[in-house]
Amino acid sequence: MEETINLKLKIWRQKNTVTKGYFETYDMPGVNTHMSFLEMMDVLNDRLIREGKDPVAFDHDCREGICGMCSMYINGRPHGPLKGTTTCQLHMRFFSDGETVTIEPWRAAAFPIIKDLVVDRSGFEKIIQAGGYISVNTGNAPDANSIPVPKVVADEAFDAAACIGCGACVAACKNASAMLFTAAKVSQLSLLPQGKPEKDIRVLKMVEAHDEAGFGSCTNTGACEAECPKGISISHIARLNRDYVSASLKK
Amino acid sequence: MIASLKMFYTTVGRKLVMALTGLFLCLFLIEHLYANLLLYKMDGGQAYIEWTKFLTGNIIIRTIEFGLFAGIIIHVIDGLYLTLHNKRARPVAYQVSRQSGDSSWFSRNMGLTGSIIFIFLIIHLRTFFVPHRIFHAENSIAYDVAAAFQSNWYAALYLVAMVLLGAHLNHGFQSAFQTLGLNNHKYLKPLKIAGTVFSLLIMIGFSSFPVIFYFDMFGIATNILGG
Amino acid sequence: MGKLDSKIPAGSLENKWRDYKSSVKLVNPANKRKLEVIVVGSGLAGASAAATLGELGYKVKCFCFQDSPRRAHSIAAQGGINAAKNYSNDGDSVYRLFYDTVKGGDYRAREANVYRLAEVSAAIIDQCVAQGVPFAREYGGLLDNRSFGGVQVSRTFYARGQTGQQLLLGAYSALSRQIAKGQVRMYNRHEMIELVTVDNVAKGIIVRDLISGEIERHSAHAVLLCTGGYGNVFYLSTNAMGSNVTAGWKAYKKGAFFGNPCFTQIHPTCIPVSGEYQSKLTLMSESLRNDGRVWVPKAQGDKRKPSEIPDDERDYYLERRYPAFGNLVPRDVASRAAKQACDEGRGVGSSGLAVYLDFRDSINRLGRDVISERYGNLFEMYEKITGEDPYSTPMRIYPAVHYTMGGLWVDYNLMTTVKGLYALGECNFSDHGANRLGASALMQGLADGYFVIPYTLGEYLADEIRNPVTPVTHPAFDEAENAAKERINRMMNVKGRQTVEDLHKKLGKIMWDYCGMARNQEGLTKALQMLKDLKAEFWSDVKIPGSINEFNPELDKAGRVADFIELGELMVRDALNRRESCGGHFREESQTEDGEARRDDENFSFVSAWEFAGENAEPVLNKEELHFEVVHPSQRSYK
Repeated sequence: MEETINLKLKIWRQKNTVTKGYFETYDMPGVNTHMSFLEMMDVLNDRLIREGKDPVAFDHDCREGICGMCSMYINGRPHGPLKGTTTCQLHMRFFSDGETVTIEPWRAAAFPIIKDLVVDRSGFEKIIQAGGYISVNTGNAPDANSIPVPKVVADEAFDAAACIGCGACVAACKNASAMLFTAAKVSQLSLLPQGKPEKDIRVLKMVEAHDEAGFGSCTNTGACEAECPKGISISHIARLNRDYVSASLKK
Repeated sequence: MIASLKMFYTTVGRKLVMALTGLFLCLFLIEHLYANLLLYKMDGGQAYIEWTKFLTGNIIIRTIEFGLFAGIIIHVIDGLYLTLHNKRARPVAYQVSRQSGDSSWFSRNMGLTGSIIFIFLIIHLRTFFVPHRIFHAENSIAYDVAAAFQSNWYAALYLVAMVLLGAHLNHGFQSAFQTLGLNNHKYLKPLKIAGTVFSLLIMIGFSSFPVIFYFDMFGIATNILGG
Repeated sequence: MGKLDSKIPAGSLENKWRDYKSSVKLVNPANKRKLEVIVVGSGLAGASAAATLGELGYKVKCFCFQDSPRRAHSIAAQGGINAAKNYSNDGDSVYRLFYDTVKGGDYRAREANVYRLAEVSAAIIDQCVAQGVPFAREYGGLLDNRSFGGVQVSRTFYARGQTGQQLLLGAYSALSRQIAKGQVRMYNRHEMIELVTVDNVAKGIIVRDLISGEIERHSAHAVLLCTGGYGNVFYLSTNAMGSNVTAGWKAYKKGAFFGNPCFTQIHPTCIPVSGEYQSKLTLMSESLRNDGRVWVPKAQGDKRKPSEIPDDERDYYLERRYPAFGNLVPRDVASRAAKQACDEGRGVGSSGLAVYLDFRDSINRLGRDVISERYGNLFEMYEKITGEDPYSTPMRIYPAVHYTMGGLWVDYNLMTTVKGLYALGECNFSDHGANRLGASALMQGLADGYFVIPYTLGEYLADEIRNPVTPVTHPAFDEAENAAKERINRMMNVKGRQTVEDLHKKLGKIMWDYCGMARNQEGLTKALQMLKDLKAEFWSDVKIPGSINEFNPELDKAGRVADFIELGELMVRDALNRRESCGGHFREESQTEDGEARRDDENFSFVSAWEFAGENAEPVLNKEELHFEVVHPSQRSYK
């Protein structure tokens, strides 16, 4: 049952935002295939600390695929080779003995590197703050069942709402566009009756915030959808586009 | 109204411009293909000549022609802007990048295919449009078309450009509908298929001209150029 | 005794909160603008509190250690949120929700708080739906409910297996709106490392910017701690890697009493540890026990494949021991039974620390499709992590630390024993007694943030309107900042040989072995000494790489582990003191003849509220006696 593989890790190291980064290669002998990818990184860091070297900084928190904190561009793909998975849920049995694994941070002008593999995703915050909400103060709400929502609509809204804000869409997009992230929220709220009153202003402001944060434009390549760990569809981007045109024309 | 125009400055708005101009140019391609197919009538190019006369003599069509040029220029400039903007959005490239599983080659190389098509377009205009519409050339337009394809390099260039046009349309057509927001779970597949069929038809249709004329298949070139 | 005033309003249980709300002091809008509030943590409790207080007009600062408030670990809650809506028309009511919660908590919670929780639960669902939370719905478009362990009605609202995520994103959106309006200033990647008090009144906090390592001072009229639970004291738990007790612990050392620290919930169905490198544990939903049968081999050390073990050599121990409830006994009972089976040497898997959860019979009875429809996503997740297919081979599961019922002691207003310092959500001790029922954590976090604190905070702040915030140049800030800096410097300068992880693992082992699922006098006494030694070991042998003024996650972790070690000592002390078994706390000395928990209401019907008495002094135990006016405690039995 215990299987081990030997790997070579090629990892991007960068001290802070302003210094120049470089790749450093580490031998990783005897990696247990039951480990998660991040546990393998823990093992590496443990070794580096004992050797008196600087451990590799990477973002992580829940380690169960839901908080969206972990990132890492592994062997040319965000969150690594397994579809529908975050890095924290990726296990080493998906790698083979002798493989060189290249690990890079998310690369985008809007995601400056903080250290090594850690990037600053505050651009996402700006997008949500621009309108990713329904303006309802606590205590204002009518009874939860006063507005029925067809099950198919609620389900579709949920599909969009499943976004974990990890940034894999930006990392995967050749234009570093955050349109899937933006659209997931726009679409969720514009589908639901509760979100309709602010539908127009929301989409205009969120697209504006998206652009201001320095993300690229969507050219419909579909890479985001293919890499999204939660499988969010680009049909939500189409809905954003539609809402955007209709909102602009009404203004 | 002014406020509505502001939308064209955002990334979504600019994509919208690409989609609208792109679809407009697609309409033109259909017209152009129809016209070219008239060359296959074996009537010495008469039907083709008549059609071009009809077009040039029609004030409405002449007006649309300005729109067509505007469309091309806007499509190109906007495309250029977006390409540069998107390059800036990722100043440092990945060392290892495996995007082939995620997206089509066509979709990732719209800038490249578009640029080559644009260069071809300039040559193409120089070959036919400038002498015939601006300087009133001696030969009939049909004759000049047939003659041009006798040239190795022009026939080859045309062929390459048309293949790239097919590639460009393969992504562009369905992408335009996505940008216009006319895409959902239900239409996604049919739109993709329609895009592929359309791009193939355009590509095969236009590619047939250099091949048929160059090799004088079915004697079509001879029919127009004369013995 | 005299130090604890729970400030429970007079009157009958049903009217307490209503009367309180209509008589509580108010702050007028113009004054709210002048009042500043600090919220630490951005999970369900923190985000909902910060957003709501911002809406009311207070000037709010909110802090979280993650890169975004949306990452808080509330996001990982799977099952659902309870509310006494009675949409299912099955006889639910505020009273029943209240009753189930008090009983489920093994009669160690405060009645008035729990009743208020049940009362506001319905409004939480309304609020969340209005925010756009996509709860599961029926085909008619109305909200769907399901039932959860320990109750007889369907009152749980859910959003697939991601209810916590959707609720947190709802609160996060409300918070983002207030940030955009300038009502809330958000500080991401900032960690609170000290509380500032003047004469036992909270005046502000000291935080560390985790990117630059710089120390900052922030003052306010009130400080709200919404920093979650401390399950990571066990090293391995279902908590997020960053979940920690630091903010609460600093508050404890500045005078906030710590309530019932030993009350820990250990969830029976988690994926077992697979090796030394294991960093955290993953929960498998409780719902699996509806169709899965739990068993171990009858013989010790039976290493055959599960499929090769015939039925008469299997021990379906839950069905054997608890024929009435079978595989559906409550969490604490199921967890203990699994531990006993493994202690007897009958555990399975390479470590021997696992039991089987077998779906073979359900698949034979209902067909693979039905099982897949019910649990497909969980089976997939299990396979992703273990590489084994639960359709063909039984799942291996083992209990894991999941939630901590204990926390900072608070009164009815959610105020700690430090004036102006509040604790909300899992961070406080208040509502779940000795054992929390499923789908109640989300309810409590949001109740505290949306519907309780907006009222109770006014009661205190109404008297503060004339007082400007304490300037950050006040000597109390100097003192707090210096203490924090000195501590960090001391830690960095140890330059020992053990990594922070080494020490954290050691701590986890002590806690799990002696203060885990079963506890006894001897073990706890031993643990107390071991923890003292471990503390000394930490401060003389820890090795932290890098420097202070940079992004240094190891340093962040070191600070948290140092606090966990001290907390561990308090937990052990509390467990030693509580010589009864109740809920998640099982004292081997207090059990019935057939090995079931025996509560001792005569001597232990109280909340332990521990008071810090100095760095090297023993903490002082204060007791808040529990009075049950409505519910009458009885012994739980699942036979």
